[in-house]
Amino acid sequence: MNCVDQNITVVDYGMGNLQSVANAFAFLGAKVQITDNPELVANADAIVLPGVGAFGKAMSNLHSSGLVEALNHAVIARKKPFLGICLGMQLIAEESDELGKNRGLGWVPGHVRLIKTSGNLRVPHVGWNNVSVKIREPLFAEVPDDANFYFVHSLHFECPAQYASLTCDYGITIVAAIQKENIFATQFHPEKSQHHGLRILRNFVRHLNSTSKNAECKADIHA
Amino acid sequence: MLKKRLICCLVLQDELLVQSIGFSRYLPIGKAKIAVEFMTNWDIDEILIVDISATREQRKPSMNLIANISKNCFVPLTVGGGISEIEDVHRVIRAGADKISINHAALSKPAFITEAAKSFGSQCVVVSMDVKTNSTGSYEVFANSGTEATGKTPTAWAKEVEELGAGEIFLNSIDRDGSKKGYDLDLIRSVSEAVKIPVIACGGVGVMSHFVDGLVIGGASAVAAANIFQHIEHSTIIAKSFLQKAGVDMRLSTMARYTDFLFDDSGRILKKADSELDEMWLERATMESI
Repeated sequence: MNCVDQNITVVDYGMGNLQSVANAFAFLGAKVQITDNPELVANADAIVLPGVGAFGKAMSNLHSSGLVEALNHAVIARKKPFLGICLGMQLIAEESDELGKNRGLGWVPGHVRLIKTSGNLRVPHVGWNNVSVKIREPLFAEVPDDANFYFVHSLHFECPAQYASLTCDYGITIVAAIQKENIFATQFHPEKSQHHGLRILRNFVRHLNSTSKNAECKADIHA
Repeated sequence: MLKKRLICCLVLQDELLVQSIGFSRYLPIGKAKIAVEFMTNWDIDEILIVDISATREQRKPSMNLIANISKNCFVPLTVGGGISEIEDVHRVIRAGADKISINHAALSKPAFITEAAKSFGSQCVVVSMDVKTNSTGSYEVFANSGTEATGKTPTAWAKEVEELGAGEIFLNSIDRDGSKKGYDLDLIRSVSEAVKIPVIACGGVGVMSHFVDGLVIGGASAVAAANIFQHIEHSTIIAKSFLQKAGVDMRLSTMARYTDFLFDDSGRILKKADSELDEMWLERATMESI
């Protein structure tokens, strides 16, 4: 019997470039489902929360569709691997300043604030920027030190340093990726960062498959 | 640090990729999906697709086309042409675009910029403007593919769209479009200095050195071109290699980097010395896998 690969659930909350994310995982050979069904999300093997848009509207959509409870169940209670992308990373904060104060999912301490940077650096922070790796495994294995990733955001998540797995420099230090137990997130778009971005997604898939408690899989190994 | 960006602009007319000259002549090139494949393999930073017949024919962007093109496009994709309502923005993003570009809709209903920015974030909204010198010799923004004068100067319009919530400005020079004479640097500089949001320059590139001018003299955050990229092998890699050699901070991450090639002043690759060519052997390059 073959070990069954885990299914990646991309959460649809009405705001996001879902297709790009799903395409990237499909390209890597992973099994993907896009859903807005809270039950499927609550019972997912792994969750990806993409995001394009405004924080307030995003949280409002998540609340009204019952997805907040589902996400809390899958990620906090069942401790399934979670990957937030761009707005999806900001949503796990306690609070955001975007267009008025809004509460986030509160999984990682800290606030989302407008980027206030120096000199003639323009906001939004848009384009390719390189990063400093603080926590390499599991997400940034085999990612070269001079790799660039695609950022496009006007706000940034200020979290405690221990959770910042990647930082980047844009006049100020910006947290480029977060890691807290089973919770991972990137401010940049790995699905839009060509080969190096796809490597990060591949590493997430590998992490998911290696940490899954698939009983059939374990039986197979010991047979 | 943030790199400067090289953007490929794909002009579509009736879903066919075309070469645009002065906003009046359109010569067919081929299929957009193939161009996207080449550009992404050749290290392009972003792709902007604009359907120039959508607005004119008052139809919406083709979702099937966007979905098809974006399927294996792992770099940011901006889609423009025919977007006039919030529902259009929603559908285009769902189909696979990362950003939208609006031109006609922004001019006829400026509040739409704010509406789109509020729902999708400013960074998702690119306002495209077409500029040419009018009969009095000053720069003016034109609507409807350069046929209708708006009475607005590019700097005033740029400031206005920034105020309304646009994330970036895509600045097109109608006069330079397809001319190969280089960017209109005065125009680019005046708009770049007028706003704090990124300005993407387009229109007129004929040789690789024009990209350097656009960034260094024009002060643009990103440089775009359409025609030149479709006619030279490894066009975007060569452009980036030339830009890097000229001291511009660019991302260059393909295996082919042209590091040991020499270029002439305009960015054409120089022939290697005969002695070097005599010494060349075939090298085995392993294909990069993810």
